[in-house]
Amino acid sequence: MSGETLLEMRGINKTFPGVQALKNVNFALRRGQIHALMGENGAGKSTLIKVLTGVHPGDGGAMSVEGKAIAPASPREAESCGISTVYQEVNLIPHLTVRENICLGREDRFAGIIRWGRVWKRARKALDRLDLKFRINLDAQLSDCSIAVQQMVAIARALDIDARILILDEPTSSLDEAEAEELFRIMRNLREQGMGIVFVTHFLDQVYRVSDTITVLRNGELVGEFPAASLPRLELVSKMVGKNVDEVKKLEKRVAVTTASGRKTVVSARRLGRKGSINPIDFDLKEGEVTGLAGLLGSGRSEIANLLFGVDAADSGEMEIDGRKARPESPAMAMRFGFAMLTEDRKFSGIIPNLSLRENIILAMQAKLGPWRKIPPRKANEIADQFIKALDIKTPSREQQLKNLSGGNQQKVIIARWLAVHPRLLILDEPTRGIDVGARAEIEELIQKLREEGMSLLLISSELDEVVRNSSRVIVLRDREKIAELSGDNLSEQNILHVIASQATEDAVKEAVQ
Amino acid sequence: MNSRYLPLIITALVLGLLLAAGGYFFNNFLSLRVFINLFGDNAFVGVTAVGMTFVIISGGIDLSVASVIAFTTIFIAQTVQDGMHPLLSMTFALMLGLLFGAIQGWFISSFNLPPFLVTLAGMFFARGTGFIINDISLAIKHSFYSETIRGLAIPVAKVGRAVVRIPFTAQCLILFIIGGTLLAAFTRFGRNVYAIGSNEISARLMGVPVDRVKIMVYALSGFCATAAGCVVTFYMQSGNSSSFVGLEMDAIAAAVIGGTLLTGGVGWVAGTLMGVLILGTIQSLITFQGSLNNWWAKIFIGSLLFLFISVQQLLKHRLKGR
Repeated sequence: MSGETLLEMRGINKTFPGVQALKNVNFALRRGQIHALMGENGAGKSTLIKVLTGVHPGDGGAMSVEGKAIAPASPREAESCGISTVYQEVNLIPHLTVRENICLGREDRFAGIIRWGRVWKRARKALDRLDLKFRINLDAQLSDCSIAVQQMVAIARALDIDARILILDEPTSSLDEAEAEELFRIMRNLREQGMGIVFVTHFLDQVYRVSDTITVLRNGELVGEFPAASLPRLELVSKMVGKNVDEVKKLEKRVAVTTASGRKTVVSARRLGRKGSINPIDFDLKEGEVTGLAGLLGSGRSEIANLLFGVDAADSGEMEIDGRKARPESPAMAMRFGFAMLTEDRKFSGIIPNLSLRENIILAMQAKLGPWRKIPPRKANEIADQFIKALDIKTPSREQQLKNLSGGNQQKVIIARWLAVHPRLLILDEPTRGIDVGARAEIEELIQKLREEGMSLLLISSELDEVVRNSSRVIVLRDREKIAELSGDNLSEQNILHVIASQATEDAVKEAVQ
Repeated sequence: MNSRYLPLIITALVLGLLLAAGGYFFNNFLSLRVFINLFGDNAFVGVTAVGMTFVIISGGIDLSVASVIAFTTIFIAQTVQDGMHPLLSMTFALMLGLLFGAIQGWFISSFNLPPFLVTLAGMFFARGTGFIINDISLAIKHSFYSETIRGLAIPVAKVGRAVVRIPFTAQCLILFIIGGTLLAAFTRFGRNVYAIGSNEISARLMGVPVDRVKIMVYALSGFCATAAGCVVTFYMQSGNSSSFVGLEMDAIAAAVIGGTLLTGGVGWVAGTLMGVLILGTIQSLITFQGSLNNWWAKIFIGSLLFLFISVQQLLKHRLKGR
């Protein structure tokens, strides 16, 4: 099926300030091949793609297309080398028509005047090559089209430049099942026509449905290139997360205490879901329990947190809070229910870097009081001091600007901010990301302390060992679906990996304790 | 019908309504002469607004245009007084305007500065430079102005004994509208401007030379403003460094009333022409009425702007809701 080598990348390095994103990575793509690029968050998939497409220049290494050395310095140069990319969030122009999006920048002209008739024909031809089952209106404004159609348009644009190499970066993350299937049909079609396709995804099922070859990256390094047919799922997962299959089996038993029955349920969700984000899901969050969410990147972990905290609105199912039907429609409303959320991206949506520790800590409290009832300075100082002591935040003073603190201490300040409003449910999305080992242990300790005090916690982490260590129960997610709920003796890193990797979801459900 | 064109249609309806109201209330309002004067008297706003339309479609704003117009008038008046031929003087002025706009665009794209700030600086700079040239109103006395320009008016009809002519200023406006429409709809530059305004990051990833296009957009706006300055000298026959304060807002208003989205990506030069005509018609109506204070024009324009931005926002929400 695979022909001669189309693209070769050798010894690719890329360093960003403070991080080596790619270390000596090799990658080869052959004609008529669908080559999956796999790896967890931060593995270097996107960076590799960006080096290839000229978005980031590489720091070292060589690339060649059909034996000719290339060094694209911009997406446009990459396109002229026959490399075209369809990005995760479709990168097209929302206000222009479908036809224009296919031909933008390459319109046929006569004496500088665009010949729209020819452009129209070319766009039609490119779309026809996709052999779609439905007809796309060339004159529709792009923003009026569904994401699936936009994706087709992006691929048509790639075809129009006669790309020989097509890169699909997480193309299916916003498609439903039928739309994804249509995309796969097109991919197979293009493979028949001799195109080489790089398929970046985190959906395990989909990789096996279309790929011929799988390359796995981890922490910026190449783990290896494997024929898809001879790489079992469990092995692929263990390669992605960096744990040997045997090693996984030997992992020691977790420390966290298991759940006691008869605890009060804080939140109970039934068939709660949102199209394109998380499929309908059932779960209960109880007082004095840490519920963990485990799954690979994009499996729907943060999406559940967003539904709970009212960031996104659910469009199906029901939710009960303290036994009464309710559904948070905004973060403010979620706060009134006594919910608090530590967001995944601390820098972007957590800290206010230029405000002092004190001001950061009393922020949520003030938000709850409303703008007119100021917290008296003496009280604010008291609260700040109390939390600095209780959480052992290392700072010269409470008036220190938050940006001057280390990541771990910043995280503690944000936790303090939420603790100050005495939440009943604390959602922690990646609470230890980018934090050193010592601070991490302290935060884990804090989680257990809060649990013992009777708080309900929802813990999201890509570190499986962290989830297993700290949770009373773990909900395992794959491809935006709950595939199992593990607790008690069933809860182990190995079992989670098994469940994620297992082909038949039924087996996993049997193992799970409901 | 395509709802994309809805703002344009609303603009056309409003213009029609205003003209009809004028014809209903006042004799002679719907005459050829009044209509032609509408073009001639508002030519300089229109020419400026053509450049402004491109800037706004690209997602930016140009506050410097009124100062550039004032600078142009005093530059031409002074150089002609010093013995330069008006044509040569205008050529220099146009080149300066182009350069001035390009420099603003260069600052905006190279240092990733907000257009509002850069062109605000440009506004003060151009205004001040005009005063350096001359701080009094200066008449332009040259046969080119008193004879040649006047002779370029095209006679179109005879009403009684008087001949109705299309003045050169109106011809300039029509020329810029046609040119602007061609540029926007039928050139790569034009389409790139829309692309940048709609989604700059995507445009870059799709290979649009974003920085170059931005520089060209502001150069175009500087050029249009200078051309508008030349048009002003045609009927004022004088230059004044303190004139037209706040005209940039009229140009912005004309573009917005014409359906251009301030957030970028959407707009039509033809819509801008209608926006200019709407502003002009309101002014004419007030003049015809005679007893109303002139400031009522501003009140009407303000109300219209409220209406148009609300309609645009509603449309945007409807598109999003799909």
